[in-house]
Amino acid sequence: MNNAMMDAVQAANRDSSMQAEQPLLTVDGLTKLYAPGKGCMDVNFNLYPGEVLGIVGESGSGKTTLLETLSARLQPDRGSILYHQKEGAVADIYEMTESRRRQLLRSDWGVVHQHPRDGLRMNVSAGANIGERLMAVGNRHYGDIRKVGLEWLKAVEIDENRIDDQPRTFSGGMQQRLQIARNLVTNPRLIFMDEPTGGLDVSVQARLLDLLRNLVMELQLSVIIVTHDLAVARLLADRLMVMRRGKVVEQGLTDQILDDPQHPYTQLLVSSVLTP
Amino acid sequence: MSERVQGYNFAYLDEQTKRMIRRGLLKAIAIPGYQVPFGGREMPLPYGWGTGGIQLTAAVIGDDDTLKVIDQGADDTTNAVSIRRFFVKTTGVGTTEKTTEATLIQTRHRVPEVALKEGQTIVYQVPIPDPLRFIEPSETETRKMHALQEYGVMHVKLYEDIARYGHIATTYAYPVKVNGHYVMDPSPIPKFDNPKLSESPALQIFGAGREKRLYAVPPYTRVESLDFEDYPFEIQQWDEQCDICGCDNSFLDEVITDDQGGRVYVCSDTDYCHSRSEDMVSNESAGIKKTVALEQTKTPEMTCE
Repeated sequence: MNNAMMDAVQAANRDSSMQAEQPLLTVDGLTKLYAPGKGCMDVNFNLYPGEVLGIVGESGSGKTTLLETLSARLQPDRGSILYHQKEGAVADIYEMTESRRRQLLRSDWGVVHQHPRDGLRMNVSAGANIGERLMAVGNRHYGDIRKVGLEWLKAVEIDENRIDDQPRTFSGGMQQRLQIARNLVTNPRLIFMDEPTGGLDVSVQARLLDLLRNLVMELQLSVIIVTHDLAVARLLADRLMVMRRGKVVEQGLTDQILDDPQHPYTQLLVSSVLTP
Repeated sequence: MSERVQGYNFAYLDEQTKRMIRRGLLKAIAIPGYQVPFGGREMPLPYGWGTGGIQLTAAVIGDDDTLKVIDQGADDTTNAVSIRRFFVKTTGVGTTEKTTEATLIQTRHRVPEVALKEGQTIVYQVPIPDPLRFIEPSETETRKMHALQEYGVMHVKLYEDIARYGHIATTYAYPVKVNGHYVMDPSPIPKFDNPKLSESPALQIFGAGREKRLYAVPPYTRVESLDFEDYPFEIQQWDEQCDICGCDNSFLDEVITDDQGGRVYVCSDTDYCHSRSEDMVSNESAGIKKTVALEQTKTPEMTCE
């Protein structure tokens, strides 16, 4: 990976940590319901720079709805999401102009989808996929875009001579890694991930998680990750939120929740993990 | 000119339709490059043959106009002849093949070689008006992308060209940015013609009949072709010259002459080629070969029936 780039990111993060650690994201009373009990209700939390927050829960508990609402893709019914912008100002993301919100989504933020198909352009080359965000924020130098593309392919452990191949010719794990590279190329501060390891076999999952953990630490990223795999949560997340029927039933430090669950549902969840 | 046929309104369309299109045109001229929807009518020719262009021409043509119609630069191909005959029948206006004498030019996929001048209007026939359509099928989404100037994906297309072919391989319908805001499809003109769009003294209007959109580039408006800093926009060039008039800086068509691999290059703009050849004949400087070639390609004068 580009050392200068990393230094810049780390310096930026040191600067922001000096500002008495203001939360990056302040979520208050966030509600989006499709029907009573369907969606997410009354979610409150703070996310600090460099922190990884895991959201776990059963299927249909509102994890994905919450993630979409948080990542400015689904208008909530109630509640506010305050984002601490790079320039220092704090703004509610649903009260910004749409153009500013979309600009945030493609520069400051990143979204890694469960299915690479949703997050990649399958009919353009890997290099163009990585370069798209750069071109969207105004980079007009082909040589630079290509160089950054090669660096990122290396960073996510994809062979550099695959740069001109279309993602449809990649394996599932490679597509997922390409999707991560595509999101990280603009040095975002906040990444949303929806089941990034779903549908991958165990050994590929392990390598992807390893890669993610390294990138998160090197780049000091803040991450909100939705998963139903508690092992993934334990490996990546600093803090956990447990959801059930649209409500957050328990939240706290990951180890604390997994080793000493308080809520009956969390106890059930933790005890149902299969150990080989 | 012959009498126009009875039973139709002047220029075929009824007055209310023409007013509707003119209102759309005013809006399009006010917002250069913006695609204005309009209520496209059924025209007596199939979609894809110029229904958009013909409706715009019908909306703006007047008694005192002189009309020129070209198809790929030629005045004498089916599409051009049919559309010209249509307007002669329904309006009785004068027609010409000379770019300099025309006040209104309807074109399919070329801009005349002779520079246009103030007071002229050029009407382009457009198949797919939205340059973002190839990457985004949703109309609401492309409108939003235009409004917010989210044009990164246009460069993705050019990036793919360079990655695959080593240069920007898009040769026609090359995307342009109009007046620093809207990215526009200049209709399938060769990119050779793109520089002629910029700062042109003539009014340029574009009509897409099937998609029911029209847009415009007002006179003296900046039109930039998209490119990369290290791969700048370039137009096509030929090593050959026109076989008829000897021109070495016009857009050339390659014509296969036999099945032995024989081929000649001729100007795509027939009026430009004729006028150059005529100049050469009158200067008595043309060689025998060129005079012969001229005789072979000379078309009968357009007659009105």
